[in-house]
Amino acid sequence: MPVFIPSSLTDATRLLSNNPSAHLVTGGTDLMVEVNFNHRHPETVISLRKIPEFQHWNIDNKSGVVHIGSSVPYATMEHGELAQALPALAEAARTVGSPQIRAAGSLGGNLGTCSPAGDSLPVLSALNAIVHLHSETTSRSVPFAEFMVGPKRNSRLPNEIISGVTIPLTNGWQGYAKVGVRNAMVISVASVCLAIHDGNVRVALGSVGPTIIRGSESEAWINSVGLENVTPSVAQEFGERVRAESRPIDDHRSTAEYRRHAVGVLATRLLLRGVQR
Amino acid sequence: MSELEHYTLTINGEDRHVSDAWIGESLLYVLRERLGLPGSKGACEQGECGSCTVYVDNAAVCSCLIMAATAVGTQIATVEGLNQDGSLTDVQQAFVSEGAVQCGFCTPGLVMAVHHLLDHNETPNEQEIKEALSGNICRCTGYGRIFAAVDSVISIRKSTAS
Amino acid sequence: MTITKTQRDILGSSALRPDGVSKVQGDFAFSSDLHAENMLWGATLRSPHPYARIISIDLSGAWKIAGVECVITAEDVPGQLTYGLISEDQPVFAKDFVRYMGEPVAAVAADHPETCRRALAAIVVVYEVLTPLTNPEHAIDEAREPIHPDGNIIRRQQIIHGDVNATAPIVVEGTYDIGMQDQAFLGTESALAIPDHDGAGIEVFVATQWLHEDRKQMAKCLALPEEKVRLVLGGVGGAFGAREDISLQVHTALLAMRTSRPVKMQYGREESFFGHVHRHPAQIWMRHHANTDGRIVKIEARFVFDGGAYSSTSSAVLINGVTHTQGPYQCPNAIVDGYAVRTNNPPCGAMRGFGVVQACFAHEGQMDKLAVATGIDEVEIRLRNIIHTGDTMITGQVLESVAPLERCIRETAAMPLPREMEAHPHELDLPGGSGRTADRRNIVRGIGWGVSMKNLMYSEGFDDYSTARCTLTNGSVELKFATSEVGQGFVTLAPQIARSVLGVDNVTYDTIDTQIGSAGSTSASRQTWMSGGAVDGACRMVRERLFEHVGALHGIDPLRLAIDDTDVVDTIGSLRITVQEASTNFTVSETFEYHHRPTQDLDDNGQGNCHVAFAFVAHRAVVDVDVELGLVKVVQIATAQDVGRVLNPMSVIGQIEGGIAQGLGLAVMEEIIVTNGIVRNPSFTDYLLPTALDAPQVLISMIEEPDPQAPMGAKGVGEAPCISVTPAIVAAIRNATGKSIDRCPVRPQDICF
Repeated sequence: MPVFIPSSLTDATRLLSNNPSAHLVTGGTDLMVEVNFNHRHPETVISLRKIPEFQHWNIDNKSGVVHIGSSVPYATMEHGELAQALPALAEAARTVGSPQIRAAGSLGGNLGTCSPAGDSLPVLSALNAIVHLHSETTSRSVPFAEFMVGPKRNSRLPNEIISGVTIPLTNGWQGYAKVGVRNAMVISVASVCLAIHDGNVRVALGSVGPTIIRGSESEAWINSVGLENVTPSVAQEFGERVRAESRPIDDHRSTAEYRRHAVGVLATRLLLRGVQR
Repeated sequence: MSELEHYTLTINGEDRHVSDAWIGESLLYVLRERLGLPGSKGACEQGECGSCTVYVDNAAVCSCLIMAATAVGTQIATVEGLNQDGSLTDVQQAFVSEGAVQCGFCTPGLVMAVHHLLDHNETPNEQEIKEALSGNICRCTGYGRIFAAVDSVISIRKSTAS
Repeated sequence: MTITKTQRDILGSSALRPDGVSKVQGDFAFSSDLHAENMLWGATLRSPHPYARIISIDLSGAWKIAGVECVITAEDVPGQLTYGLISEDQPVFAKDFVRYMGEPVAAVAADHPETCRRALAAIVVVYEVLTPLTNPEHAIDEAREPIHPDGNIIRRQQIIHGDVNATAPIVVEGTYDIGMQDQAFLGTESALAIPDHDGAGIEVFVATQWLHEDRKQMAKCLALPEEKVRLVLGGVGGAFGAREDISLQVHTALLAMRTSRPVKMQYGREESFFGHVHRHPAQIWMRHHANTDGRIVKIEARFVFDGGAYSSTSSAVLINGVTHTQGPYQCPNAIVDGYAVRTNNPPCGAMRGFGVVQACFAHEGQMDKLAVATGIDEVEIRLRNIIHTGDTMITGQVLESVAPLERCIRETAAMPLPREMEAHPHELDLPGGSGRTADRRNIVRGIGWGVSMKNLMYSEGFDDYSTARCTLTNGSVELKFATSEVGQGFVTLAPQIARSVLGVDNVTYDTIDTQIGSAGSTSASRQTWMSGGAVDGACRMVRERLFEHVGALHGIDPLRLAIDDTDVVDTIGSLRITVQEASTNFTVSETFEYHHRPTQDLDDNGQGNCHVAFAFVAHRAVVDVDVELGLVKVVQIATAQDVGRVLNPMSVIGQIEGGIAQGLGLAVMEEIIVTNGIVRNPSFTDYLLPTALDAPQVLISMIEEPDPQAPMGAKGVGEAPCISVTPAIVAAIRNATGKSIDRCPVRPQDICF
């Protein structure tokens, strides 16, 4: 039978071991586009939608982390407790496709596909998220920075399934912004997540390189300047430095020049929002 | 094709058997071409137009992006299920009365999206309405009469409630 | 107590769509919803190259796949190998060359769409890839060998009018670029073809704008007499010009005839981008000469429309463009040179606005430049130049249409501007929307204007008549016409006309098909005028027959009879009987063909009475711009449109709001991006259409000055809304940013760099 709907992680990993060419699908919002556009002709599919722990999320204030199962839909992240705990993720989730897509799409899909334009990925990067992977015999947890290794490439092994992510809470401001040429339902041309923890800034950039880019040098610079010293001109220079760390390309959605410019502007604005100036 | 599937879907409260289906078939295709439910429309095949909106376990989703064979065991509701008693819902009536229908291709999906919005938020404000409908492209109306229809349903429901 | 009379759904009322109830329930049968017993699916193999020689086609792989019933190429076309609306230059299937990316090469019929896809993948075509001609200027300068036997220039048309040596102290010029827009109707191309049992003919259900023209072209290619090709309108999910040309009609019919089974074809969204013509991208240079008081003395212009690989309606689009060089302004002297050329880019043809969209973008950019150069306000400069009924246009044609242009402009200007943006606006009201890119302080507001005139109906000697039949029996009317209902609402209007003319309430319409004379195309803002005129004419003929009948029964001169509400009355006597009663056991049926007045071809100098009539409109746009990121939110559009007479207010508002959204799309987001002949964004992920969050507030005034030339005083309202709104929005962006932007759509990088 070519379609499997396992109801436990154990069953799912076993099925994947036995069917190494199977497609994994949660909401289907990525895979089915490929099928509908004649780019894929799946023969075996493992649907992950019925695995209870994949649909589960919890906020562990004691350990200072949030755990989100890989099938939790974006719609759940947009409002309520999760949005209060992780405002940047809520803002990113709100920009994913349409309301219909957000009701089906999930972090597991964004991570599985690993497009540089994946809306949630800059948030996972800036918040130092940990990705949990399981095979029939092994389990491991990988920092996001090591998980995404290239455009649409990640370090998931063919026999592994993404069960969810653990996202450390921050004790400072966090936010996300994304440029698209429409006011809703638009693919990212450039996006930035900025988070402040223990007075230190972290910044991650989407759609401006082969992977999500952490602006490490910009972070080091702004943290040496100190958040208390952020003025509009400091924020401007921060934006310039972020811009310099981006590595965008020209394509039909935009130009490299514009993308570079846009991440700089977004970084400046997010920093000013973060320090409320 | 060798890889053919047999499965049962629950649609508008009824069990519907699907036989000899290719596994790559979307729920939209199965509804339209196998189960005689053409009310959901296909216009983009990639979740960018909302014409195929159905409810799966009460979530409004794009049926073009659901692999039908994986929807076994879910409760699926389509536009055909809205008025099984034959009369129009208030949203449908408002779409007709307010001129929200032109070519009508986006209409079933929009009707589903509006019902979903109003089921979860009785008094949405302007931005909430626009955001809730931002996944449903209409090429004919420019949305003006669609907003008028939504406003009309909200005010009629308010006045009937009070 | 007051007695309220029941509102009848007559002309002037907001009668509801007769298909509305079925559409909201999902019951309405679009062409893609049709099925037949024993039906096969059809699919098309298309060229991946913009320009290549076909060396060989091997179909054997496809034939071997289980479930495949038929595979066809150009070799299998029984009749004429090419088709076209004006010039028959487009192959049913490419034979020796492919001339654009996506050109059909072969088609298959099989038991399942996935079988079709696999069959297409199994067809081996060997191409010798050639260097595509993609720069329209290279089509003009003859730097390249012709890419088609008909040559690289589809048509050249000049206009020389008045004193070409005239000069004036103020001179402004600009070069304007308009991107390739897609009609992007939601219901993609689809058809169901059912062969006759004896194999001698075929019935085709198809979503189209013009049944009879499709039939004519199909019959030639299928080598069938026209009467053996019966077309029925399948429900149409929008059109906007993209269904005027043949797409899958011949392929579907041919597969059905070869297999002797019903065949259904339906394009997906990606294929739809390749399957129909688009709005012509154009480059337009204009130089306006004006006096210091702002009055235009002379316009020089050069138009280049990129027609793509096949001619479609390019020659007519060109004529619309060049003859609208002056816009709705007086212009005594003009020198215009225009080209529609052939390239290996996607074929372009009809889209709402049809050449006038491009011309208007240029002439309105020029009017703003003229305002700056003369120091005259942008509203005043337009008012000083507006054209009036009786003025001579640059074609030498005298404008005969009612032209309430001053009212359009003044009423638009009088509409309230939107409130200032609040200190803490809702994030979705800012440019960038849900992306939360902007803060209040990043936003600048701008206001811009656009005014236009648009010809109605077909031009240059074409008699695009329409036919309708009205049958009255026992107080009920049935109408018959071949007018394509594509969403515009002719099926609402036609019964309104019958109710008004005949005093009946129960009006139905028969299947829309080729079992009656042609209605012409649902395009060029023409069906209210043309098919409305035909229905009106048929109903009036029936009314005369009814009066004769009543007159004979009651011994009254029929000339004394009139319809009052739902009664037949004797205007100078006491007889009053209901139409219901008067038509009991009486049946009368009349067919009427409506023709507009004849027009002429343009001569070599572009002179001639080439257009039938015109409509006018003004748009004022208010935009908020995030200048640093180059993102735009259109806040408000105010518009006053010359409609002649409002026959259905709700329908007219729907046309205006919908047209504005399409013009907004062209202004800020919609463009098919083509690089070296390769289409880069054939999907709704990358070809962006306005969403609910992009829709501006729209303020509307419908200017009613009935046109005596129009059958019911009403002008077509379909195209005017989408023409000058685009330049108005771009002008507002210029106003907000201070940047000179002469292209649309405006991209972020056009604003922020």
